[in-house]
Amino acid sequence: WYQRRVREAVVSTQSTGSSGINAEYGEYIQKNLKLYEMIHGYKLTPNAAANFSRKVLAKALRSNPYQVNLLLGGVEDCGTPSLYFMDYLASMTKEKFAAHGYGSFFILSTMDRYYKDDMTRDEALDLLKLCIKEVQSRFIVNLNSFSVKFIGKEGITVLENIPGSGTVHKDVPPRSNPPPNSSPVLKEPVSLTCL
Amino acid sequence: MSILEYNGASIVAMKGKNCVAIASDKRLGIRFQTVSTDFQKIFPMGKKLYIGLPGLATDVMTFANELKFHTNLYQLQENRELTPKTFLSMVSNFLYKRRFGPYFVEPVIAGLDPTTDEPFIASTDLIGCPMVTDALSCPARAWSSCTVCVRLCTSLTRAQMSCSSASPSVS
Repeated sequence: WYQRRVREAVVSTQSTGSSGINAEYGEYIQKNLKLYEMIHGYKLTPNAAANFSRKVLAKALRSNPYQVNLLLGGVEDCGTPSLYFMDYLASMTKEKFAAHGYGSFFILSTMDRYYKDDMTRDEALDLLKLCIKEVQSRFIVNLNSFSVKFIGKEGITVLENIPGSGTVHKDVPPRSNPPPNSSPVLKEPVSLTCL
Repeated sequence: MSILEYNGASIVAMKGKNCVAIASDKRLGIRFQTVSTDFQKIFPMGKKLYIGLPGLATDVMTFANELKFHTNLYQLQENRELTPKTFLSMVSNFLYKRRFGPYFVEPVIAGLDPTTDEPFIASTDLIGCPMVTDALSCPARAWSSCTVCVRLCTSLTRAQMSCSSASPSVS
């Protein structure tokens, strides 16, 4: 899991290979977008940046493919946000919400249910927390914490991490040592009835 | 599941009397997971010429861009629009160029001749074998919908359909 700040966008990539690969890809995209800005004097829109990223992935696909899945989010100077979902095969769509990986099987449903077009930033953060709670509850891997970045008109703001473990089972008391004389063997016989 | 069915697509084209209709679904999936419900698979290549591209989504986008580039170039050089027949040859040629590393798309072409308005539909396979149908529809690729499409189409089409009956039939 690797993030690269790309001007007004965050390219988040997830790799099935070594993380060196997506570091290289992320940096390549980042530096090329900066180069464009230097040459032409204005920044690329998120749409253009996404299509450029897609082109790089697609060109490399049949020779030396990048194993990166990415979500590219950006805000134009006028304030219009856009989110692009891109596969490692370079298939790209513009989405209102998107997810990659095993977690996507769970949280796409959550977002389908709770996403609204005109959400405020706090509502979006609440939805994000709900998604994380869903993943913690249903996904077999226990995940420590989640970093959050907010991309707005003013730029990229790093918000505080959302803790992963401990968000679900708040009511369960912390595990303590068992009492000294208890044995693991059951005191009473248990009958198993097969239905 | 083959690579052509990885993203899933269904495209149908029908020819009627002085009209053609082409329709596609808008789903982009990754195997069984639906990622997008708004994915474009039919691209205009002229005022009266459309190509539907079912297959692997990345190749759909790449191939559509490449075709658009070449049709634009043709129009600039020849100062006229492509005829559907010529476009079919162009598509076939580009696909066969990649015979041993193909684009995983199986295009469906539907259009009217720019001057005579004669309807034309055709399709090719992923390596460019052209199939011009005088028959009334040419369905294409998707996981499990291919056979369904063929049967539905053959039962719904009639000879010499007018424009108004062609579009409900094709949908």
